[in-house]
Amino acid sequence: MNDLALRDLTKRFGPVAAVDGVTLDIPGGKFICLLGPSGCGKTTLLRLIAGLEDPSEGRILVGDEDITDRPAHRRDFGMVFQSLALFPHLSVGDNVAYPLAIRGRPRAERERRAAELLDLVRLPGMAGRRIHQLSGGQRQRVAIARGLAVDPSLFLLDEPLSALDANLREHMQVELRQLQTRLGVTTLVVTHDQKEALTMADLVIVMDKGRVQQMGAPMEVYRDPANAFVAGFIGSSNLLLATLLDRTTVEVAGRRILLSPEDRVKAEPGPVLLSVRPEDVRLAPEGLLARVTFVRDLGESVQLVLDQGGREMTALFAPRDRPAANVGDEVRLAFAPGGVVVLRP
Amino acid sequence: MSAREAPTPYWLGLLPALALLVLFLVPFGIMLAVSVAGREAGGFFTWGFDLASYARVFSPFVGRILVTSVAIALGAAILAVALALPFTVILGGMSRRAQTVVLVVLLSALSLSEVIIGFSVNTLLSQTAGVGNLLAWLGLLEAPRAFTPGLFALMTGLVYLSFPYAVLVLYPPVARLDPELAQAARTMGASPLRTFATVTVPLLRAPILGATILVFVFVLGSYLLPQVLGRPQHWTLSVHITDQAIYQSNLPFAAAMAVLLLAVALALVGLSLLVTRERRTGT
Repeated sequence: MNDLALRDLTKRFGPVAAVDGVTLDIPGGKFICLLGPSGCGKTTLLRLIAGLEDPSEGRILVGDEDITDRPAHRRDFGMVFQSLALFPHLSVGDNVAYPLAIRGRPRAERERRAAELLDLVRLPGMAGRRIHQLSGGQRQRVAIARGLAVDPSLFLLDEPLSALDANLREHMQVELRQLQTRLGVTTLVVTHDQKEALTMADLVIVMDKGRVQQMGAPMEVYRDPANAFVAGFIGSSNLLLATLLDRTTVEVAGRRILLSPEDRVKAEPGPVLLSVRPEDVRLAPEGLLARVTFVRDLGESVQLVLDQGGREMTALFAPRDRPAANVGDEVRLAFAPGGVVVLRP
Repeated sequence: MSAREAPTPYWLGLLPALALLVLFLVPFGIMLAVSVAGREAGGFFTWGFDLASYARVFSPFVGRILVTSVAIALGAAILAVALALPFTVILGGMSRRAQTVVLVVLLSALSLSEVIIGFSVNTLLSQTAGVGNLLAWLGLLEAPRAFTPGLFALMTGLVYLSFPYAVLVLYPPVARLDPELAQAARTMGASPLRTFATVTVPLLRAPILGATILVFVFVLGSYLLPQVLGRPQHWTLSVHITDQAIYQSNLPFAAAMAVLLLAVALALVGLSLLVTRERRTGT
């Protein structure tokens, strides 16, 4: 598996840089999610890699080869589009075998390979169907099979599951991940759904405003966000304005809180942001004063919505740890050791 | 107002229906009647039921003209659509602004009358002022020569005349094409040309057929350009109909030929629609 490397890749549309100086090293054989809000440049980045857009600056390398100027049809990547882009004038089998037909492979080989790929995506015997006879989930699988038809060195997917309903989407996330593990193809998926990214990826690349904000394993990005954007975008996070006094003490709303050695401090003393995951917020005899404004029983967990000096915070508990607090109660908050990340504001 | 009431009232359709009746069906009825009228030597006709004109229509002479007409119309239609299709696809890929400019220029070409187009092409291909001089100057020809009248001049005029119509028929479906379909083909290894041949053209099969039929029928009725730019052997049935009706004052024969032309045009259009429908349900 060749590694993919992006060097200072930039794409400008007029004065706007959709992708702004992205430098990345993507290891081969991994499942990578490009995650970010809409308009963050993640789709443009994917299209640059596919060769569907020409970069304004920067290089794209696969292994040691510079492919920046290679046209899309000579890159031998597989791609699944958000709209799926299945050909309505071809049967399911001909759609899947289209890349082989373009390469001039004989009919017998095309049919055998199409059947093989349709088995792989669990649509056996569907080769003769028309595209419009398929359900949304089946079309999704056909698009995936087609993208894998020529054993691509890189498999690119642009929001592949966004058109599916929630249940099917979760199912396909697992299936896509299992398929990638089986085939070992380097896979790059664009998504705006952080749950999807955390479910599927070996590596998550968080983007905002055309730049890479953080790249890391899902739990790393979740537990140890590099900046306030990542903390806010991945999962739900309580972001508190605070002042860092020294490496072990912060002041929040006039109260001093001691940091534990496991807490991560990524800022210099001065004004900072504290990022605390809802599951790391505890009720304690001593701590920040807050008022309960809502209790949400979610079955698998209990969520407390809190008003902390005019700021909304959330705390999450397992049902067996459900605190005996009701709406309107005053409570004291503490943070679990290792649950606090001190970020630059 | 009940929910089931149609948003457009039905009676609005009465006006066009009435116009169709008065402006198309009534004249067509008169033409049918004239086609079976008896011819008078003096140049007019008497109402009646006389199939003599039809007897003249089903002759090798008219048959040859009919074949010429259909061949010229079909050739012009295929040429015009073959040029219009890549043109429209490229147009569809341009910015909105550029598209508007090109479409406006194209529409203004529509405002040119057939007469102006005919004489312009005639001048352009003439010996004294035409492209022959340019070719001679470039050394490609020994001496300037005329390219008109002839089949080449006639086709040039007809294609020029019908090209904007072909583009206008093709433009809406081309603009609606999902660009991701062509991009998907590119990522799967298809060069731009193969993408055009294997994805764009098959997706546009119905509009391509529609544009071809439109231009075919349009050119079939053309009677001016074949006279200005063609030799007598390129005269279409429409030219002969005009000739009979106006210069020979034989209205029954002209009407009978017009009925034949209409029948052939309808039959060919119906046949092509039938063939494509069968193919669609067949696969």
